[in-house]
Amino acid sequence: MTLDQLTIGQEGRVEQLDASCGSAARLMEMGLVPGTAVRVVRVAPLGDPIDILVRGYHLSLRRSEARGVTVGRVDTAGAAT
Amino acid sequence: MTHHASASTASAGKSHTKRTRLIGLVGNPNSGKTTLFNRLTGLRHKVANYPGVTVERREGRMQGHDAIRIVDLPGCYSLTPRSPDELIARDVLMGWVDGAEPLDGVVVVVDASNLERNLFLASQVAELNLPTLIVCNMMDVVSGRGDAIDLELLSERLGAPVVGTVGSTGVGVDALRSAIDRMVDSTDRSGDEADWQPSESKGIGSLSWQPPHPTLSPKKGAGKAKADGGEGKEAAGGGAENRDKASKGARPAAWHQDERLRRTTSEVAQLVRDHRLIGPAATDALSLLLLSPGALNREDVAHIHLPEACRKTLAAIHERVHAETDGRASAFMHAIQARYAWLSRVVDEVQTRAPEKVTISDKIDRVATHKVWGMAVFAAMMGLIFLSIFSWAEPLMDGIETVMGLMADGVYALLGAGMLRDLLIDGVIAGMGNVVVFFPQICILFLFLALLEDSGYMARAAFVMDRVMAGAGLHGRSFIPLLSSYACAVPAIMATRTIENRRDRLTTILVAPLMSCSARLPIYILMISALFPGNPWLRAGIMFAMYALGTVTALLMARLFKRTILKGPAPSFIMELPPYRMPQIGTALRHMWDRSKLFLTEAGTIIVAISVVLWALAYFPRMETNGVANGAGSPVGRVSPAADEEDAAGVAAIPSPVTAPGEQLRQSYMGRFGRFIEPLIEPLGFDWKIGIGLTASFAAREVFVATMAVVYGVEDDADVESSPLREQIRNAAWPDGRKVYTPLVGISLMVFYVLACQCMSTLAIVRRETASWRWPIFMFAYMTALAYAGSFVVYQGGRLFGWG
Ligand SMILES: Nc1nc2c(ncn2[C@@H]2O[C@H](COP(=O)(O)OP(=O)(O)OP(=O)(O)O)[C@@H](O)[C@H]2O)c(=O)[nH]1
Ligand SMILES: [Mg+2]
Repeated sequence: MTLDQLTIGQEGRVEQLDASCGSAARLMEMGLVPGTAVRVVRVAPLGDPIDILVRGYHLSLRRSEARGVTVGRVDTAGAAT
Repeated sequence: MTHHASASTASAGKSHTKRTRLIGLVGNPNSGKTTLFNRLTGLRHKVANYPGVTVERREGRMQGHDAIRIVDLPGCYSLTPRSPDELIARDVLMGWVDGAEPLDGVVVVVDASNLERNLFLASQVAELNLPTLIVCNMMDVVSGRGDAIDLELLSERLGAPVVGTVGSTGVGVDALRSAIDRMVDSTDRSGDEADWQPSESKGIGSLSWQPPHPTLSPKKGAGKAKADGGEGKEAAGGGAENRDKASKGARPAAWHQDERLRRTTSEVAQLVRDHRLIGPAATDALSLLLLSPGALNREDVAHIHLPEACRKTLAAIHERVHAETDGRASAFMHAIQARYAWLSRVVDEVQTRAPEKVTISDKIDRVATHKVWGMAVFAAMMGLIFLSIFSWAEPLMDGIETVMGLMADGVYALLGAGMLRDLLIDGVIAGMGNVVVFFPQICILFLFLALLEDSGYMARAAFVMDRVMAGAGLHGRSFIPLLSSYACAVPAIMATRTIENRRDRLTTILVAPLMSCSARLPIYILMISALFPGNPWLRAGIMFAMYALGTVTALLMARLFKRTILKGPAPSFIMELPPYRMPQIGTALRHMWDRSKLFLTEAGTIIVAISVVLWALAYFPRMETNGVANGAGSPVGRVSPAADEEDAAGVAAIPSPVTAPGEQLRQSYMGRFGRFIEPLIEPLGFDWKIGIGLTASFAAREVFVATMAVVYGVEDDADVESSPLREQIRNAAWPDGRKVYTPLVGISLMVFYVLACQCMSTLAIVRRETASWRWPIFMFAYMTALAYAGSFVVYQGGRLFGWG
């Protein structure tokens, strides 16, 4: 699944970034590299962009950008899907 | 300019120890650079711009150490820039800014409460081989959370001294000062900064993260690069064989097991050395840039001349990496990943974390970005700003007009009648008045922008409004500049600097002047009050319609530009939402002052110059009456009660109706031009008198009212509310007796003013911000065309329906 599919409060772990997406490099420089845990904290009033917690800080990005980030779900139980 | 230069100046400085040293403050946005800068310099600093760009440059002397100068660089997240701000920070670090002095050392400001991501840049900078000092700022936030950071261990891991500070209270600033002093001292002693090693660490060579090519230790790297440079000349056009040979014996980089990617990175580094693209110290950084996606088209390395052979090899490398990884990854991305992997380990080692708690920021955000409340908070914030711009600025603006009037009176009293006096009063002082009168609004707007930025709300506003802006193909950050445009387009255009993408920034700049600024208000009021008496709802409705027309047109034009001339990928909205912080009023005021002053000096000079030209156009040729030149009022004057007085005197002395100021204006060059364009503007419903008003308005639209007063020979001070002008407008007629101003003409005229770019200040500031005349000319052309078309459709369409 991709980052934009996580709902508010859900956690995930970054698996891969789509290199063809222009912002992949910047997302990585901002700390969103494969293996990083992320959580969707909130969604803007109009549904886009989203606010995620990564490496202890808040980062906002558009859904279209989040679509380029493949994540694995991390359930509260801790099992990755 | 490369690092060579800074090394040589550093060693040259050994003999004269008096030479001042330049230390750069770098760091992520919001890490507290400016706060620390103010602490270090004691708020005594100069603000200027970097040559050729509009990024502000603050420089000041360190308190108590006059030989050390500190420069506050714009915030950046990495050495791969994505905005003009980041670009300038990177270029200063690399010594690539033409005409700018190279740095003698760097202080990297790190937000310690967000250590991992902040260290990304810090470690990149530390590898540049400039003397580097790392400051862990916001230590209060760290301890407040119950966390702790082992600064000594961090220093050891990073290979640079680390100092902890609290910028907002000044804790640790003294220690920082002496650390900077020590850094400068040791550079002076060694004479060559490459030798500079912090006493408490083993230097960069000890990093557990290894740069993606063999030049690991600075000294070895420098020597090796020189040697390779010689032999590399032959290899320049040669195949991969030579390069492979050159990188033989290289230590395999620890960060990656993939032999192919390791080879790629060392290949690029070798290419950089072979072609002597840059000094040895910056080889790492440039190699990384050249590996980044789209490296060959990167505007930010465009100034580095890539020989054709070099470009070809690079393109081949890129293609190969692309093929090898099925287009999914790049060496560049691997390098980022490796660095973060290393940083995670370092942070785990040095930081002890208390269990996570809900922060105050989170609590505020639950309201500020809430589905319903978020919008309400946003609307309330904007309402507050507008209210204050219009209500607080009002008395100040009146005051400024009074002062300008007094100055005009003073000149009038000092000088005898003649051209010089008219020039000073109606050209220079009036032109200055046109600029200065908006100064209070601009100050207030900048103050609010600074407070919003400092508190962290600005990022939320962009977050909340991004969806709306996306519809126009823009970025959430475009919202604030567009909104500021309702007050004045000039600060709005200056506020576009936070937009990272050049195309998005240009689009925002191009459409911002379509938003109805406060200078249009007098024209709307004049037209509405003269032509739509009675029904207050209709009046308010028309006024609202004008604002709506401007806003909708701006969004539509943005969409159009983004799809045509400024076509590009959808802007990215990767933006940090920093924690809320209490803004510091002193810093905000200082910021406001710096920026507003820039407006006065930069836009002001051009505007005054153009005002003088327009004055001359309205002043010449002189009308001779009984051989006595008459000093008539100028349309550019909004502060010319004195001139009116004089005219009255002139009329009394030579009682002739022809000497009315209106007559002089009518037969001046500007008047002739007004008449000349009458056929052109007749389809819009305008006569030549309006033509004069329109022409004069191209300096600044607010002079329309004053000009019309002169054209109609209204004797008293031109005032929107003054009934004589309104009467004149109601009564004005075409030669055949038809009324000139019907309600339809009024609407047509207002539509023209909504859409036309009649503001020298705006064009001047666009010229400055885009560093070329191309964009202001384009802006002027498209807006004038739009205005003409808009008025044409309104007037002719209205007549078809039988109104008018
Ligand atoms: N709690 C706390 N706040 C701080 C500290 N230092 C700075 N601040 C606040 O952090 C915010 C950002 O500080 P600035 O100095 O403007 O940061 P900057 O690095 O210059 O930011 P940019 O110019 O945007 O790159 C301001 O609201 C400061 O008051 C600190 O040590 N502790
Ligand atoms: Mg700053």
